[in-house]
Amino acid sequence: MKVAKDLYYTNDHEWLKVDGDEAYIGLSDFAQDSLGDIVYVELPEVDDEFDKDDAFSAVESVKAASDVFMPVDGKITEINEDLLDSPELLNEDSYENWIIKIEISDKSQLDDLMSSDEYEKFLDEEV
Amino acid sequence: MREYNKLIFELSRPGRRAYSLPENDVQEVRIEELIPAEYLNDDELNLPEVSEVDIVRHYTNLANKNFGVDTGFYPLGSCTMKYNPKVNEDMANLDGFKNIHPRQPEETVQGALKLMYELDEALCEISGMDKVTLQPAAGAHGELTGLTLIRAYHEDRGDTKRTKIIVPDSAHGTNPASAMMAGFDVIEIKSTEEGLVDLESLKAALSDEVAGLMLTNPNTLGLFEKEIKEIADLVHEAGGLLYYDGANANAILGQVRPGDMGFDVMHFNLHKTFSTPHGGGGPGSGPVAVKKILIDFLPTPVIGKDGQRYYLNYDIPKTVGRMKDFYGHFGIMVRAYAYILSMGSDGLNKVSEMAVLNANYLAHRLKDHYSLPDDAIYKHEFVMAGLKSELSEITTLDVAKRLLDYGYHPPTVYFPLIVHEAMMTEPTESESKETLDEFADVLIEIAQEAKEKPENLKEAPHDTPVRRLDETLAARKPVLKYEG
Repeated sequence: MKVAKDLYYTNDHEWLKVDGDEAYIGLSDFAQDSLGDIVYVELPEVDDEFDKDDAFSAVESVKAASDVFMPVDGKITEINEDLLDSPELLNEDSYENWIIKIEISDKSQLDDLMSSDEYEKFLDEEV
Repeated sequence: MREYNKLIFELSRPGRRAYSLPENDVQEVRIEELIPAEYLNDDELNLPEVSEVDIVRHYTNLANKNFGVDTGFYPLGSCTMKYNPKVNEDMANLDGFKNIHPRQPEETVQGALKLMYELDEALCEISGMDKVTLQPAAGAHGELTGLTLIRAYHEDRGDTKRTKIIVPDSAHGTNPASAMMAGFDVIEIKSTEEGLVDLESLKAALSDEVAGLMLTNPNTLGLFEKEIKEIADLVHEAGGLLYYDGANANAILGQVRPGDMGFDVMHFNLHKTFSTPHGGGGPGSGPVAVKKILIDFLPTPVIGKDGQRYYLNYDIPKTVGRMKDFYGHFGIMVRAYAYILSMGSDGLNKVSEMAVLNANYLAHRLKDHYSLPDDAIYKHEFVMAGLKSELSEITTLDVAKRLLDYGYHPPTVYFPLIVHEAMMTEPTESESKETLDEFADVLIEIAQEAKEKPENLKEAPHDTPVRRLDETLAARKPVLKYEG
């Protein structure tokens, strides 16, 4: 399973890519592969605010519907509207196709997330 | 005729009729005089024009493509596809039940009201609860009703900050959905390795904001929550109520009662446990049974009895109001009542014993060929995690599709979500050892085929009116209406 470098990861298989005070958030390759063919992505609205661990999106596949959780506190600054018409983008490349962009409220929360190497180890051991 | 695949519209020919109406003996009124012109549709009505024999053949051919419990083995986990005895249909077809109107005066439908009253009593006896509403249309509607009662209970006590419902991650998808519908937020708690409620997670989730816990027991893995008394005590101590999802009640009939386990409110699925037909539109029926503390909030009317007279009781001052037009799905109640009386208490005991025995027998026969995450004693159903060989490219979906070639309805697949490649099998008590053996033999043969001719499985089904459908395309680009 592909684990992209230089990203932060959560136990729930989201990734986060820091971009100044902002960050892109998406699903890991493992998450998209486990879900199977994704058929629908529900997106939040720009300016919505979420706490860490809140569900900000729901992803529906032929097998299951699954919430996507915030890795850190933050406010939505952008959503990837391409996913509404083409949810399969998440299956094609889940690192290239982010779901939301946020303004990070508290950068110290990044310390609680896994590095790419740690996530790789987590996948080997836990899953 | 297995390949028959026409639409009734394709049979249509202008002017063809299957009936002739008698001469009109009432005065004709122009529709424009009754309904304002702007509301009238001036498109031509696109109705099929077909002769009687063509209609009969059309629907008979379509019906022959159906698969049901009367056609073959249907081990669809969590759905309790047991046989529906035909005597239930005979009872529901009695003139006095079939041809009554919900607005008839009470004194002319005493028999129907008596049946509803006695069904209420029987369900109370079976569940260890105190009173029942027969209104809910099916299971999820029962959940919505039960949760509405829980909310009314807390609000009546002025305890308005209880806005959360706890649901385990193994729960039926309807549980969190119903909680949201009833206006609650959902807290999902993780299961233990064995798939049971994790007491530590439960304790961590409990607070004075929790309105209640929804639980299925046995749970969706077919495992009995042995610590149910402790679970109930914890929830009650925190001020919450316990909701019992009755979907798996077939496992416990006559053995243990939700009321005795500490549950405050529950629904039954009459269409599962009490053997009324379901699938293909039902209708179902999901009566909700409550303990005394919730009786004051029940939807009106409930069925009352005054001496020898039965009546519709609307006098419940704190009622949450109606949950359904009229009194629920009466025809289904008749079938369930007939089932309960014809089985008797000994018979219902035997139901759960045989359902559990059948599930465990099947699990035992399959466990060398399919992965069984818990080598436990199951209740009425068990969940396998795909083929034994982890290296196999063959998925649970391939196995399910191949079963169609052998004339079986596949088990529930990819649920519960906490089991990888889940295949949830519930044989029910209806099936003979021979049927179970034939089914196990076929599944074992498929496991063998997965090693020797995997492509045969990847391409399955081979012997059905349509081959494997593209589920992804159907979900992403659904075609929702007929376009001729």
